[in-house]
Amino acid sequence: MLTALDKKLLEEVADLHDQPPGAYNIRKDGEGIERRSLEGIEIKTKKDQPGIDVIVAAGKEGSVHIPVILTETDLSDLVYNTIDIGEGADIKLVAGCGIHNPGSGNAQHDGVHKIIVRRGARLSYSEKHFGEGDGGGRRVLNPKTILMIEEEAYAELELVQVRGVDETERITKVEVKAGGRLVMFERLLTDGEQTANSDIAVKLMGEESTARIISRSVAQGNSSQSFTPRLMAYGAGRGHVECDSIIMDQAKVRSVPEIWAGNAEAELVHEAAIGKIAGEQLVKLMSLGLTEEEAEEAIISGFLK
Amino acid sequence: MFTFENITLEFTVEEKKVPILHDIDLQLEAGKMYALTGPNGSGKSSVARVAMGIYQPTEGRLFYKDEDITSLSITERARRGIGYAFQQPARFKGMQVKDMLEYAFQHSDGVNCQVLRQIGLCPDDYLERTLDTSLSGGEMKRIEIATLLARNPKVRIFDEPEAGIDLWSFEQLIDVIGDSHREDTTTVVISHQEKILNMVDEIILMEDGQIKLRGDRETVWPQIKESTLCSCRTACRLGEEIYADCPR
Repeated sequence: MLTALDKKLLEEVADLHDQPPGAYNIRKDGEGIERRSLEGIEIKTKKDQPGIDVIVAAGKEGSVHIPVILTETDLSDLVYNTIDIGEGADIKLVAGCGIHNPGSGNAQHDGVHKIIVRRGARLSYSEKHFGEGDGGGRRVLNPKTILMIEEEAYAELELVQVRGVDETERITKVEVKAGGRLVMFERLLTDGEQTANSDIAVKLMGEESTARIISRSVAQGNSSQSFTPRLMAYGAGRGHVECDSIIMDQAKVRSVPEIWAGNAEAELVHEAAIGKIAGEQLVKLMSLGLTEEEAEEAIISGFLK
Repeated sequence: MFTFENITLEFTVEEKKVPILHDIDLQLEAGKMYALTGPNGSGKSSVARVAMGIYQPTEGRLFYKDEDITSLSITERARRGIGYAFQQPARFKGMQVKDMLEYAFQHSDGVNCQVLRQIGLCPDDYLERTLDTSLSGGEMKRIEIATLLARNPKVRIFDEPEAGIDLWSFEQLIDVIGDSHREDTTTVVISHQEKILNMVDEIILMEDGQIKLRGDRETVWPQIKESTLCSCRTACRLGEEIYADCPR
């Protein structure tokens, strides 16, 4: 039975107001509490380690929600999930973790997702992180996503961290085979004393493999962020990395995009920018009647949209 | 009535004071359209920015409807009904055209997104476009004007609305600016374009941060075109469009 707090957290990280429409597995405080498999989408508990296997049959269309929520303090939850999306399937996968830490101890979730998008399949993957709680305890989220995109398959990743996560170490590793396509959008906001490190490594393994990585972040207060997206072309692939950060207050941002090519036909581009909110943007919005604070909020919200 | 009373504006650059506007006295009436013209650097945009509160004058006072608004912020002036379409619209990563229009409506009794149609942009094609480098300068400019029209302010200042806009769109734009003008609005168009100068009630010519001439078209136009002005650097810098038939 989900409590009001559980529902609030699920809404934050998975836009769930009620039971998810497709297959789902909800994990709370280290245990699976609700699950539904469907024909062509099977969810099973792993036997050798904590976590689940999600097996999507070839050609299946639908959605899978696998959110995690933590509502206790002094809790460390480690989970390994494997998601296998069959050939030609078209799946929306919503993960994400919401932490409500009511005490002074740490609440930590380490989630390792291994995802295979098989030949010709399509995946839309959304992973949202959120933290809250006024007990003073830290909210820590360390997601690790390992993704294999097979030939002619397509994956779209949306990795979002909104307010309230004190510490995060994000690791994302992707291999894209010939004709495979990856679009990845990372959005991150830190404030106060929060820290966020994001390490992304994408390998373009075959001809006509493509990747587009867009990272947008806002660093406020005394927070610090570090981004190291790496794009490596082993085959004749094309890729683009874009890191863009708004820095405010006393925050610190480090951004080191890297491209590497081992094939003469590869085409890779990277760009990175760190800067404050432009004065002309503030003035424009204020000339429409917004206060300076409202204008700042509007710019940040658009930037992270 | 919008009144500039002895407005002076100076910027400090490397500890030196640089005069921008000097002793501007100007009364702008409701129901009238004005063109503010003059060479580059003569202070036209600075007058608009002082009116909007983006620049604080070094000396002088501003009044709107008998209220001293000199110390009011940009936001407060906007909420009182003063609007400004920037010469070079700001670009916003991630923000969509519909977001900007919604912000424009928020503190006004503005109209809906029909303003996009008015300025020749199809809402279906543009509402979800992002206000970043994916839009051309001309598209940005038209959207900038749309946000001002959406707000429907009582005092509306268009800063070189023709800049970056193709000729066909420019004709349409002139109609839109003209049609949007009402008996209770004050419209100021900063422009070098003869067609705009022809449609207004009064022309204000600026030079070196001061108002050089002011009056209706019949009074000011011949004076602008006279060789006395044409011979000075001001007129020669005004551009070929107005002075195409200038002997010099």
